[in-house]
Amino acid sequence: MQIHKYDTVIVGAGGAGMRAAIESTKRSRTAVLTKLYPTRSHTGAAQGGMAAALANVEEDNWEWHTFDTIKGGDYLVDQDAAEILAKEAIDAVLDLEKMGLPFGRTPEGKIDQRRFGGHSRNHGEAPVRRACYSGDRTGHMILQTLYQNCVKEGVEFFNEFYVLDQLVVEENGVKKSAGVVAYELATGEIHVFQAKSVIYASGGTGKFFKVTSNAHTLTGDGQAACYRRGLPLEDMEFFQFHPTGIWRMGILLTEGARGEGGILRNKDGERFMEKYAPVMKDLASRDVVSRSIYTEIREGRGCGPEGDHVYLDLTHLPPEQLDAKLPDITEFARTYLGIEPYTDPIPIQPTAHYAMGGIPTNVEGEVLADNTTVVPGLYAAGEVACVSVHGANRLGTNSLLDINVFGRRSGIAAAEYSAKNDFVELPENPAQLVEEQVERLRNSTGTERVAALRLELQECMDANVMVFRTEQTIKTAVDKIAELRARYLDVSIQDKGKRFNTDLLEAIELGNLLDLAEVMATSALARKESRGGHYREDYPNRDDVNFMRHTMAYREVADDGTESIRLDYKPVVTTRYQPMERKY
Amino acid sequence: MATPTLEKSDKAPEAGFADTPYITATFRIRRFNPEVSDEVEWQDFEISIDPKERVLDALHKIKWEMDGTLTFRRSCAHGICGSDAMRINGKNRLACKTLIKDINPEKPITVEAIKGLTVLKDLVVDMDPFFQAYRDVMPFLVTKGNEPTRERLQSPEDRERFDDTTKCILCAACTSSCPVFWNDGQYFGPAAIVNAHRFIFDSRDEAGEQRLEILNDRDGVWRCRTTFNCTDACPRGIEVTKAIQEVKRALITRRF
Repeated sequence: MQIHKYDTVIVGAGGAGMRAAIESTKRSRTAVLTKLYPTRSHTGAAQGGMAAALANVEEDNWEWHTFDTIKGGDYLVDQDAAEILAKEAIDAVLDLEKMGLPFGRTPEGKIDQRRFGGHSRNHGEAPVRRACYSGDRTGHMILQTLYQNCVKEGVEFFNEFYVLDQLVVEENGVKKSAGVVAYELATGEIHVFQAKSVIYASGGTGKFFKVTSNAHTLTGDGQAACYRRGLPLEDMEFFQFHPTGIWRMGILLTEGARGEGGILRNKDGERFMEKYAPVMKDLASRDVVSRSIYTEIREGRGCGPEGDHVYLDLTHLPPEQLDAKLPDITEFARTYLGIEPYTDPIPIQPTAHYAMGGIPTNVEGEVLADNTTVVPGLYAAGEVACVSVHGANRLGTNSLLDINVFGRRSGIAAAEYSAKNDFVELPENPAQLVEEQVERLRNSTGTERVAALRLELQECMDANVMVFRTEQTIKTAVDKIAELRARYLDVSIQDKGKRFNTDLLEAIELGNLLDLAEVMATSALARKESRGGHYREDYPNRDDVNFMRHTMAYREVADDGTESIRLDYKPVVTTRYQPMERKY
Repeated sequence: MATPTLEKSDKAPEAGFADTPYITATFRIRRFNPEVSDEVEWQDFEISIDPKERVLDALHKIKWEMDGTLTFRRSCAHGICGSDAMRINGKNRLACKTLIKDINPEKPITVEAIKGLTVLKDLVVDMDPFFQAYRDVMPFLVTKGNEPTRERLQSPEDRERFDDTTKCILCAACTSSCPVFWNDGQYFGPAAIVNAHRFIFDSRDEAGEQRLEILNDRDGVWRCRTTFNCTDACPRGIEVTKAIQEVKRALITRRF
């Protein structure tokens, strides 16, 4: 075991982690621990754009953007945080441009902007061009630009280091962060990083679904590490299903395709979104569009022999426009489906895309131990976190924005905290939990296999807690997850070695997914209303009287070792917008 | 009630496409694990798989159902993250962007690590020299003077000038397909030059001269023998050889 000491440790090197690292490296001795080489992070898969009311192409302002974000999140958004997001968006985009990001340009040479779902002029009058973009690889360009600037700033990376434990120490009843424990993939060695401040920027949890736009590596490691140490997870029942994933594969086809004029059609060729969202049509918010697609499918208007998908139609758009604005997604259709998007519509279905919930933080990125108490020295930003700027449903282009605004904020805040505070003493045997976990898996002779359990989990989640949920389906999921968690104790791996043991890491990742799936299903069961991405057929309406509040899930361990989940609730911060019925 | 699409998936739990017949394919994989043996070994795995699936799906099937020790990198699984460049039937490709039907599954499909970088285990190579060459070309925007209040202006034409080389995902398929790089690991390699090109031809950048000097080095662009392997290998369709030629031309004319 090796022990390292850094002022600031950042867990994850996607957009949020690298944006934080650029700030904290200037201000404090910083290490970035990342399970992937930074440029492999899933920020790079984001396509359509990053929202900011630059008003480069038409009238716009940050107040409209704030409103759209809150309405998009079905009023579960903390309004103070949404205001910061929308205000700081403008500088966040300009900062990236100055760092070198090659945005698309207007004829005058300014940053060009396009339409995106849920972003509107004057509180819902009509779609507005607010998304700054770089073709349909905006996330790729953000990831590359941030990595380039990390190289420029000399950011220190520990590549292929998996953070498996968060060290939390209680001093006088106050939970404090002492550092993290990481597993080095290349050698199997365990490293303890003592740090004055730690920032989680480790991304989402989408791999507990089968049809998902998420990478294989998005297994909620950061959420799980904090949760296991008694820290809460907020709003985990809210997961976004992106309307346009490639049929059965789940690969993302950007909403920008509809922003450029693409249309969703059922088997009769009907533009069905006109029925569900008369003003915004195909550019309604993602939860609305995904439900509309499944309603079409369930009512027998789905396409294909099994009627199990609908079409994204781009055939009326000029090939030059597709080549210039949507080159990557049209290539995906050619590569994976053998379809030519110039002439043929693309079969799509909703795909599990984004966790609105996560580690609760305030607007400085400080992690909360309960509704109000901050964990000194602990921060989170990006998809791993819940600020909450996305509420019950995130608007497209607001995640690339979130990682930049709150990545920057948490990088500054964590480094400033490191400058003013001393190290927290490490607990005795800091690596104990990880060592035991690794040894148990390496030595297990159990009969359960990781891949089989993971597939059962994914199929259960797809079938029971996806776009439509009921008490019965969620209970089915809760029971199945409990069964899988029990069987997980009997999991064994074949690779017993130390060198690049991805067999071992997949087993650990499955443990994380199981813990988080349980939190998600349990939170969803208790929320007896429909709001944003959480749609309960048995409670189809939003219930502001009982559920205008954030879910806070805590892991509890009884004296006899039995684990359970305790749910609590946190009020939503409301400033200037009273909840209204949400129509597009 | 469950989501309808997914209920139907029960009928074909593993297939990407229900109407496609499964085939039997042999994957011949170059195995190496110095923790166990210094010897390299080719190992055959026979699997039943839908030919419309990806080579990555086949590798997963082998790892998950047959041999958990098989080791490779992967993440996004759709050609964006650059983790899974490997040599498939003798050509550098991304495993997640190569469909089995497109590489003649009637014969054994060979899979091995990319060349020119040290193999650490099975299909995993040491990427550090590759990223070092990238860092050496100053892969970041350099500007002088005060920053403007708003964005720097750039015409759509100037933006288009370097669009192709912004697509690079640093997968190393190009560099590890280059015979010059195989013979001499000191050569910067195509990927680093592509990333230098991305800034040299960016109208906002003011360090083109410095980058050109770096690439004028004995291990720089002049080592390129224009074999076009890199262009063929690039999974993003970047005209890599053309970009290298443009850098050479800029060095001769110092105009860019």
